[in-house]
Amino acid sequence: MYFDYGITLALAIIGVLFMAAMIGLQKLLAPYNPFARKLMPYECGEPPTGNAWINFNVRFYLIALVFVIFEVEVAFIYPVATVYLDWVRRGQRLFALSEMLVFLLILFVGLIYVWVKRDLEWIKKVPD
Amino acid sequence: MPLLNTLPDYVLTTKTDELINWMRKSSLWYMLFGLACCAIELMHTGGPRSDIERFGATPRASARQSDLMIIAGTLTLKMALRTRLLYDQMPDPKYVISMGSCSNCGGLFQLAYSVCDGVDKVLPVDVYVPGCPPRPEALTEGLLKLQEKIMSERWLARAKAVEPIAQA
Amino acid sequence: MESLAILKRVGERFPGKVLELSERKPDPFAVVDSASIVEFGRFLRDDPEFAMDCLSNETGVDYKEHVEVVYHLFSYSHRHGCELKVKLPRANPEVASVEEIWRAANWMEREIFDLLGVNFIGHSDMRRILMPEDWLGYPLRKDFVEPLEYHGIATVRESPIIRLDQQKKK
Repeated sequence: MYFDYGITLALAIIGVLFMAAMIGLQKLLAPYNPFARKLMPYECGEPPTGNAWINFNVRFYLIALVFVIFEVEVAFIYPVATVYLDWVRRGQRLFALSEMLVFLLILFVGLIYVWVKRDLEWIKKVPD
Repeated sequence: MPLLNTLPDYVLTTKTDELINWMRKSSLWYMLFGLACCAIELMHTGGPRSDIERFGATPRASARQSDLMIIAGTLTLKMALRTRLLYDQMPDPKYVISMGSCSNCGGLFQLAYSVCDGVDKVLPVDVYVPGCPPRPEALTEGLLKLQEKIMSERWLARAKAVEPIAQA
Repeated sequence: MESLAILKRVGERFPGKVLELSERKPDPFAVVDSASIVEFGRFLRDDPEFAMDCLSNETGVDYKEHVEVVYHLFSYSHRHGCELKVKLPRANPEVASVEEIWRAANWMEREIFDLLGVNFIGHSDMRRILMPEDWLGYPLRKDFVEPLEYHGIATVRESPIIRLDQQKKK
């Protein structure tokens, strides 16, 4: 019964060992000659000027926000196929499907709201 | 922590060195440093007909991600300072191929006031590829010569110091 | 209108300011008083008969005794052009900038300043364009001597051909 967790544990151990081997080999074999000019921030050959921290556009934040919401929604849809399996076996297939569709509908209303409010456009045209 | 230069000279580490050198020579990522006409031949050398990507050499735009710098074209004095900085910002181990007459010795423009006569005035060069411009086959031969040079390096049991030539 | 005819008309319009009118073929030119080049330029651009709205080229020449700045003007609407020259003393060459009249003069005058040392009065951004910012000297002058090194990089390279020649002479 717990065999599946054993597979996950093996995967975790192999992943850790792999990364340890990579980084370990790098620490053993790679040359390391740091000096001031090498560690300067890279600006295509010119001595660096200006601040490295600049303001980024807030549009990226909006797009990332909308993306995360719908990504989580997709992640919730995937286990439905396995979790609702005994309902399907009992013959209540339509009920399971309609439950899933209600979940999607609620989030679809959110998508409609974002769409109508023009937050999906890169340059949002605000009426004067 | 690194094992480089730690073992005494009489320890034979040929197979390990061979393995490390084989890994390094089979994936020489070169920095796109095309300055003038030789850049066209460099692009063609990376193109489909005479492909250096079959040797593992893929072009990178950034100095931080490359271990080979192919100086293709005339180096002016104004650019020589930036070239030195770019070379310094490449991670070790790094190699330099000087492609074409202009970066070997100033070439056609050796007597000009703005030309740096040869890139070896600012960087240590491993392989010089003559030509104006060298054919893609010639540059491929230069790359293979560099691979031979890499295979003959000893990493674990020989002190290899990297000395800068000119500090601009 | 032909180039020579344009120059003659302009010479009539500004008497005394055209110092020399050369009728060589195919490019006749007029040497203009250096203090009035802006006036000439503005007249040639704004007058509807000439309408020279394009400064197609502006270069400098270094003769032994003087420095010249050459302006090639062209009109897109009338498809004619003319050539004006300005002669400047070699010691401290200075002339008014035509950047307000033709914006193309911005980089062209920077190049003349960089390579010949002509100072353009009234230019918005007078600095070197081709040579490095800390370069000393004006390379296209006849008396320019190449410095022996720049930031530690030697500007001469020993050549095997020169060595062979010297051996042969011995």
